[in-house]
Amino acid sequence: MRYLPLTNDDREDMKKAIGISDINEMFTNVPKEVLLDPKFNLPSHKTEMEVGKILSEIANKNLNSNQVPFFLGAGAYKHHIPATVDHIIQRSEFLTSYTPYQPEISQGTLQYLFEFQTQVSLITGMDVSNASMYDGSTSTAEAVSMAKRITKRNKVILSPTLHPQYAEVIKTLISSNEDEVDYKFSEEFEIDKLISKIDDSVSCVVVQNPDFFGSCHSLEQLAEYTHSKGALLIVVVNEIISLGIMKSPGEMGADIVACEGQSLGNPLNFGGPYIGLMSTKDKYVRQLPGRIVGETIDMNGEKGFVLTLATREQHIRREKATSNICTNSGLCSLAFTIHLSLLGEMGFKKLSKLNHEAAIKLYNKIKTLEGFEVKNNSFFNEFTVKLPINASVFVEKMAEKGILAGVPVSRLTNQDGDFSNLLLVASSEINSDFDRDDFIKLAKEVCYE
Amino acid sequence: MTDIFYTKDHEWIKVNGEEGVVGITSYASEQLGDIVFVELPEKGVSFDQGKDVAVIESVKAASEIYSPASGEIFETNSSLEEKPEIINEDPLERGWLYKIIIKDKDELKNLMSEVEYKKLIGV
Amino acid sequence: MNKNKGLDHDEKLLFEVGDINKTGVDLADLDNLKHMIGSSFSDNEIGLAGLSEPETIRHYVRLSRKNYSIDAGLYPLGSCTMKHNPRLNEKMARLEGFSDIHPLQPISTCQGALELIDLISLWLKELTGMAAVTMTPKAGAQGELCGMMAIKQALLDRNELNRKVVLVPDSAHGTNPATAAFLGFEVKTIKSDEKGLIDFSDFKNNIDANFAGVMITNPNTCGLFETDIVKISELTHKSGGYLYCDGANFNAVVGKLKPGDLGIDAMHINLHKTFSTPHGGGGPGSGPVVFSDRLEKFCPTPLVKNIKGDFVLIEDSNEKDLSKSFGRLNVFHGQMGMFVRAMSYMLSHGCDGLKQVSEDAVLNANYLRASLSSHLTPAFDGFCMHEVLFSDDFLKDTGVETLDFAKAMIDEGYHPMTIYFPLVIHGALLVEPTETESKQSLDHFIKTLCDLVERLKKDSDSFKAAPVFTPVRRLDETQAARKPVLRWKEEPLIAV
Repeated sequence: MRYLPLTNDDREDMKKAIGISDINEMFTNVPKEVLLDPKFNLPSHKTEMEVGKILSEIANKNLNSNQVPFFLGAGAYKHHIPATVDHIIQRSEFLTSYTPYQPEISQGTLQYLFEFQTQVSLITGMDVSNASMYDGSTSTAEAVSMAKRITKRNKVILSPTLHPQYAEVIKTLISSNEDEVDYKFSEEFEIDKLISKIDDSVSCVVVQNPDFFGSCHSLEQLAEYTHSKGALLIVVVNEIISLGIMKSPGEMGADIVACEGQSLGNPLNFGGPYIGLMSTKDKYVRQLPGRIVGETIDMNGEKGFVLTLATREQHIRREKATSNICTNSGLCSLAFTIHLSLLGEMGFKKLSKLNHEAAIKLYNKIKTLEGFEVKNNSFFNEFTVKLPINASVFVEKMAEKGILAGVPVSRLTNQDGDFSNLLLVASSEINSDFDRDDFIKLAKEVCYE
Repeated sequence: MTDIFYTKDHEWIKVNGEEGVVGITSYASEQLGDIVFVELPEKGVSFDQGKDVAVIESVKAASEIYSPASGEIFETNSSLEEKPEIINEDPLERGWLYKIIIKDKDELKNLMSEVEYKKLIGV
Repeated sequence: MNKNKGLDHDEKLLFEVGDINKTGVDLADLDNLKHMIGSSFSDNEIGLAGLSEPETIRHYVRLSRKNYSIDAGLYPLGSCTMKHNPRLNEKMARLEGFSDIHPLQPISTCQGALELIDLISLWLKELTGMAAVTMTPKAGAQGELCGMMAIKQALLDRNELNRKVVLVPDSAHGTNPATAAFLGFEVKTIKSDEKGLIDFSDFKNNIDANFAGVMITNPNTCGLFETDIVKISELTHKSGGYLYCDGANFNAVVGKLKPGDLGIDAMHINLHKTFSTPHGGGGPGSGPVVFSDRLEKFCPTPLVKNIKGDFVLIEDSNEKDLSKSFGRLNVFHGQMGMFVRAMSYMLSHGCDGLKQVSEDAVLNANYLRASLSSHLTPAFDGFCMHEVLFSDDFLKDTGVETLDFAKAMIDEGYHPMTIYFPLVIHGALLVEPTETESKQSLDHFIKTLCDLVERLKKDSDSFKAAPVFTPVRRLDETQAARKPVLRWKEEPLIAV
């Protein structure tokens, strides 16, 4: 077997050195009945060729986003990833290295994470960031947990336009008491309504921006009011590229920022692995969960990096840990930081503008479609369209015609409300004029022929 | 006259009249290693005997500090904010954590004397 | 001063070598359309550093060369299972039909993705002999959380929330009691006996009417198979509780026995340990959880089902299958990229190959134990499983601590083993070679460690100073925690 270096001669020599003649002598502690050659209903080993064939066949049963015009978003976005990114993350020293617990032989990982933390702090407009978490939804849930610890309060207010699956995750992880989380999914984001819910029993208010429906909001007023009641404002960003041409959450008054970083460096991958970002103010840094890299000096006074502030983590505090999380997204954070380094300030802003322009161009075309209504007054690269027919049916028929047209809102919520004709449509720099024309042409066919 | 009492969790309390000063012992400070951060309670808050009232973080551990006696906090050692290492340098004097007005001096009966504490740590 | 040394190049921070005006990506031209962002629009400077492509590659290649890796050498880290990461896995994960599909595409357009999830689910259920599996947890720790949440939900369903006590052995990994405490359980520690196994009578004495369950690791963190596990599971169930198994050490028994035959109710599996998905410097991982039929209906959302060859994704909490689910752990459906890699690994080995994996893993560990016991001190008598635990007795009176010994190994070209874990053994050194180390590699490792032990008596100072051959020497972790500097900041211009 190609991954097993021991030869039968090796095994014999080793058994002699150990003083056994049968492998099972080493398994003496295992109950005999359990070891009695259990029958596994599984095939035996295969060659690289065979495995390649099996998996390619399965992969080919999927319609992938490179094959057709593509307009899906709702928390995961398609962007061009430069060839350099995938090449570097496959270097042995990055791909096959362990968590940097021995810093002297992990300065590569530690330094790029330090750079990553800096980048995340800058784009979110905050003081500090951690070294990443699993994804945007768990980052958000951890942010809520953090806010509860800081304010010592229990009530949590979720904006009605927060991604429904994010709200589900928060409810699952945060409270055993349903009443503690206030969330009713709705299209309407009204600052006044949100403000009216905030009192001094509230630990935090969680707002997504741009929101689930794609709309962009100014949050200064909300931030001010939230703070006046002693609560924290958590801002959630699903499409990280939006930060190129929007006021940063920090600038608008956020206390904690939780993002999905997948748009940079990481392919769609059917939902994972992705990368959660989390950043906050200096004064809350000891409450920040997850791994954090810090700068220090070595015995010779040379600069170096180490994992730090680890005593909040479970492997040290055990029962009193601030969080259950003991990993970061490793290679995904490397892909993110390489992509952002390649883009730089100019590239990131230009990419952001290109995405916005792609959405504007599609918006202008959809406006001409009879019976189609774009519901947003503002958007970055995603908006909500009210269709003349059921959105799930629309999307299936569009797929049959060779175009992945968007995400029906009803796919993500089972709450009562008239969402059945609403479609989330995302644009990005990957869309061409042909793609957009295709969308219009086929949309007409599906609805009116 | 100042009396000093110890807890099994390696805290000490120096009692002078109605006031008590609380800190951790040399043994605890050595066990923790280099102290990096101290989370002290707010002034004006009251704690019962045995309740967790502060946290001392070192590089390798974070330790809960349990109140040796019930009372209201009236002062905390603010110099620990900038220099938590004072606890390592001088845990019994300059490394004090906070001061309380003792609610019930009877509770002190539950604590150990210096002799008993030394026996606990095996000196 | 030039800090380069031969092939080792020093490399500054991105923000010191990059520039706000540099970029390594060519983008299309803008049309300069009027924006529709609204009042939150901003084109202010962010402060990001950029690099051209050649500079980017140089920066990251130089950084990479400061890292140890499995590809370069043995990682004897106990309970981490640092086995070889097959490159076929990487190729398979990059098939466009897997990497470039969106989680919310119409189900009819991603049947292959659901088929893959169904296939790996089948393999995991078959290998463990368990009734159900959830693929959604994104790491081992989250898998643990998932298993315990299912148990909590089961207790709620039985209206027995008075059952608040979870028993955890003193040798357990820190995530175990942390997870239980996080969920509101009261954690009670059960002792290990002098053989390194759970003290069954201590376990029995701690069971009362408030018993919710027990979390065990098997094989345990001392590298030993818990002989009493069937007894433990029987008593657990009889007492109305559940048995959670931490599957971090599955590599010792995969393909050789079915954990389900031992009576467990839930077990998380680390795809990045047993099933070779790469550690990537700390992630991403994947921690699917297998369940017995007692816990099956409390599984988190979503579920993948095969209905006569058509695959469906059940994600609506109103669906019957999810009526008792404890909820959702993450957005979307799980770490698909890691499923493909693990599937490639499983198909490559097959059930015969996997059996060979566990047997070779246990053989390698016992070979190390037998060969090193003359110089190091094994913590327990008898055979170990896939990892061997040493105490620091062999360092007595040398003035050298476990930490110093570990740092000295670095100068010999090895990543140290796991140290100071499990806590039950003083100055513990936990060594797991895995099955992908050749006998030559193990022999070299053995010789190196024995030579190091010989050196202890002659030159203990060198251990305190180690490592000396690395890009940096020992780092001041105290300073890092006292005065945290967690990002680069632009130096303010100082007026002269």
